[in-house]
Amino acid sequence: MSEKDVRQLKSGDTVTLDGLIFSGRDEVHIRALEYAREGRKLPYDLRGGVIFHCGPIMKKVNGHWNVVAAGPTTSSRMNTMEPEFIERFGVRAIIGKGGMSQPTVDAMVKFGCVYLAFTGGAAVLGAEGIVEVKGVEWLDMGMPEAMWELAVKGFGPMTVAIDAHGNSLYKGVDAKVAKNVAVAKKKLGLFG
Amino acid sequence: MRTTKLVEDVTVDLLRMAVTSLPEDVLTALRLAEKEETNEIARIQLRTILANVEMADRRTLPMCQDTGLPVFFVSGRCIPHLEEAVRRGVARATSEIPLRPNAVQPLTRANPGDNLGKGMPHIHFHPSDEDFTEITVMPKGAGSENMSALSMLNPSQGARGIKAFVLDTVVAAGGKPCPPTIVGVGIGGTADEAMLLAKRSLLRRLDVPNQDPDLRRLEEELKDALNSTGIGPMGLGGQTTVLGVRIEDAFTHTASLPVAICLQCWASRRASARIFKDGHVEYSKEGFR
Repeated sequence: MSEKDVRQLKSGDTVTLDGLIFSGRDEVHIRALEYAREGRKLPYDLRGGVIFHCGPIMKKVNGHWNVVAAGPTTSSRMNTMEPEFIERFGVRAIIGKGGMSQPTVDAMVKFGCVYLAFTGGAAVLGAEGIVEVKGVEWLDMGMPEAMWELAVKGFGPMTVAIDAHGNSLYKGVDAKVAKNVAVAKKKLGLFG
Repeated sequence: MRTTKLVEDVTVDLLRMAVTSLPEDVLTALRLAEKEETNEIARIQLRTILANVEMADRRTLPMCQDTGLPVFFVSGRCIPHLEEAVRRGVARATSEIPLRPNAVQPLTRANPGDNLGKGMPHIHFHPSDEDFTEITVMPKGAGSENMSALSMLNPSQGARGIKAFVLDTVVAAGGKPCPPTIVGVGIGGTADEAMLLAKRSLLRRLDVPNQDPDLRRLEEELKDALNSTGIGPMGLGGQTTVLGVRIEDAFTHTASLPVAICLQCWASRRASARIFKDGHVEYSKEGFR
């Protein structure tokens, strides 16, 4: 994806994706950043690409990996690593669930990246959008933590939850929740 | 010997049932939420969940890639070598269904690939004089489990302290535990007992109210309060933040008020079986009454 494409997306938009995406969660983030700091190349070039916070279920049939289930994992676990990940590898989109913290939002604004929220647990639907498992690297970290190269078509539906201008659906929700919680606490007979 | 093989087969069946199809009470609650939800993004989330569940059920595939840690509750008549049989069943289920190999060594993160290891699977035993052995599996995903919380309140904080802790915990969790969640609350006991009460409370069907009228009122009050927060499905806003609140209690120390919270994602997967002496087996996704 080009920066221009990404900057056109607005928070609240519903999108589906065609092309290549790479799975990467906790261990991929840790190892990829270690590699980068040591000046080593990653097995895949992620520049302009999409990273999917996902640990899929895969099954090997006749020597070829097939996807069984692939929904998003909780993105906040990658909060401390994502800003550097975006900066170093130039990813244009992150697919996950639950949102990410402000430093990541800042990096998304600075380098041109969006956060696409995919419904947590919708793993059969996710697998349905993956037309081919093109490859896998770092399988030594285990099936969920490996880096899977996935060809997708009509992958989604996903919601642009954080756009490349810093607009975040989560921030909007947080502000409303804070107000509602104050009311709820009063109703429950609690202070503050 | 034959009973051991039977327990192994039942374990595989239970895991398959649990991860590929939701109990009827959970499905009903999700459908109702989709009907009543007025927030458009929330409705998309709930529709996506329901479409996904329907596809998983039809094709006998895991509805979520996080097939959880295998947590078992075993009660009733003791069966010799049951633990070994359950372990074999978990390994078979992992390759046959398949389940995601989730169990890793906590520090090295080494993954043997079969969901077995030291202390894995978890099996909670409660032997009794029944003429059957009941096995319940609750595959527990990490998204919701990671939001667990324990607070050793002062007795003076009472019901208000409990309410505030539940509300604060669910709000802090936001969209991370895959709402709409089911909120399991354990009150009393010791720290470990409170946590187990919270987890066990999630086994009670959503359409079965608490037998204790005070706890029933507290469950309803908390459910209303949590759904008024506006966190909504997946934390993207909406009026469906929880499908239910489940509370279990136990006597505690006069100086203690332990409160434990165990959140369950919308994919509240569970399945039970009763194995009778003569070898016949009865299954229930929702759990026996």
